[in-house]
Amino acid sequence: MERYFQEEIECASREQIKKIQDERLVKQVRHVWDNVPYYRAKMEEKGLTPDDIQSSDDLYKLPFLSKADLREAYPYGLVGVPLKECVRIHSTSGTTGKRVVAFYTQHDIDLWEECCARAIVAAGGTDEDVCQVSYGYGLFTGGLGLHGGAHKAGCLTVPTSSGSTERQIMFIMDLQTTILCCTPSYAAYLGEQMKEMGYGPDDIPIKAGIFGAEAWSEEMRRDIEKTLGIKAFDIYGLTELSGPGVAYECSVQAGMHINEDHFIAEIIDPDTGEVLPEGSQGELVFTSVDKEAFPLIRYRTRDICTLTREKCSCGRTHVRMAKPKGRTDDMLIIRGVNVFPSQIEAVLIKQGYAANYQIIVDRVNNTDTLDVQVEMTPEMFTDNLGEVADRQKSLEAGLKAMLGIKAKVSLVAPKTIARSEGKAVRVIDKRRI
Amino acid sequence: MSVNQISVFLENKPGTLNRMTRVLAEHDIDMRALSLAETKDFGIARIIVDDVIAATTVLKEADFVASLTPVLAFDIPDEPGGLARLLDTFTAAQVNIEYMYAFLGGKKVNRATMIFRVADTKHAEAALVSRGLRPLSQEDFE
Repeated sequence: MERYFQEEIECASREQIKKIQDERLVKQVRHVWDNVPYYRAKMEEKGLTPDDIQSSDDLYKLPFLSKADLREAYPYGLVGVPLKECVRIHSTSGTTGKRVVAFYTQHDIDLWEECCARAIVAAGGTDEDVCQVSYGYGLFTGGLGLHGGAHKAGCLTVPTSSGSTERQIMFIMDLQTTILCCTPSYAAYLGEQMKEMGYGPDDIPIKAGIFGAEAWSEEMRRDIEKTLGIKAFDIYGLTELSGPGVAYECSVQAGMHINEDHFIAEIIDPDTGEVLPEGSQGELVFTSVDKEAFPLIRYRTRDICTLTREKCSCGRTHVRMAKPKGRTDDMLIIRGVNVFPSQIEAVLIKQGYAANYQIIVDRVNNTDTLDVQVEMTPEMFTDNLGEVADRQKSLEAGLKAMLGIKAKVSLVAPKTIARSEGKAVRVIDKRRI
Repeated sequence: MSVNQISVFLENKPGTLNRMTRVLAEHDIDMRALSLAETKDFGIARIIVDDVIAATTVLKEADFVASLTPVLAFDIPDEPGGLARLLDTFTAAQVNIEYMYAFLGGKKVNRATMIFRVADTKHAEAALVSRGLRPLSQEDFE
């Protein structure tokens, strides 16, 4: 029996959803026009006024916002309400440049937490569950977002935040945690540690995990599910839009349902900006429709994926997005070829290695080099030099087949690649371009 | 009567072999024989020690990947023709050697210990024993 947090909206008819989106978008554009001069200037540049937007059918007319706009407008340039109405900020990790700061009114926090609660309930969460939130608390949206969602879903919330792995495991076992929220790489690490401590999948009380904030592969999902004995659910979001919960997986796990009563999704051609028909692969663009403090119109996520409105057997009607193939800024261009870390991860896991790896890109004699460091495991090691060398070659062949370019595999000693408690650092790009 | 050799994965960079020997030293484990095999990218240290269980435990605790491999060990006189005579028997028994290494001296003067990795240890051992050879046992290294 599929359970819902807000059935009337999660399972609303497509007509109802369109009606909500149309009404809210018209209001949102008016709100932005009146209160965000930065975006108003962009609209004026295109000769647009709020009257040009009568429904979501007119969305394509509106100018895009990009991360560069957010940086340019930093810190207050896109805030749509007086600061006295704002109750909180969150911020991106700033790994790809200047931090982005997002603002929230109480209304914005509530809608965000409701989105997270939908995700938790879709993963099977009820008021009987113990939900351990091992995402980092603080500026990062992961911790406080799922924390608020767990409250709204009625779970007993265990706010461990990230880190202190031994304490995490103690709480999991002592409090009999049933739902775990963290990054997939940390879930894999927790699994590895618990296995080492002698806990098998049957000993671990967790039944479901809600993992997001970084790209992860289907292979990694199966790996985590096996080690922890759980069902692993993907969750998607961006700080710019609120945080995790913009989209989430249901029990069917055939894409993530986007909370369309709050966000309108489009897929565009990243080069031309043209809206692509349903099912096409392209860049995901979001428009918030009922945010107060940080309304974003046509925000380019740089995530590459596809959308489908095909009916989902879980009963939810909201559009589903495929797992992003990678973020355009996670994407590496090596010798002119687009390479996503998630592709490398898929090859490693398929061949029996742990999802702990590091990608080192360098430029030697004007040619890009790709070196993938993989940790040796007891399972993969034998005394036979030729056999180990063959496994290394088979990894290199697998990577070549997946990526289309040559990669060198280096086998390194166990535990030499740093474990991450938040987002994993997968790529070291030493190129000076 | 095979002997347990410990094979240890070593990353190809300065200090890894040193770290392995340091771990064994700190736990008072004596190496009786040692050989290194390497490719361009990584190496395998093969060691015979006085206390196999202790050595594998401390290596694992120090995050080394190690595995146990059965090998055959023979004691031969350290003199011209010593190894040739031993290998005559290997040839007669049709035993194929995958790799081997030698360890001179040790506790007995004028003797050498030869370590052999063969494909089918049990079968090879039986064939060699039936031709009068006496392989060393784990106890001989303790």
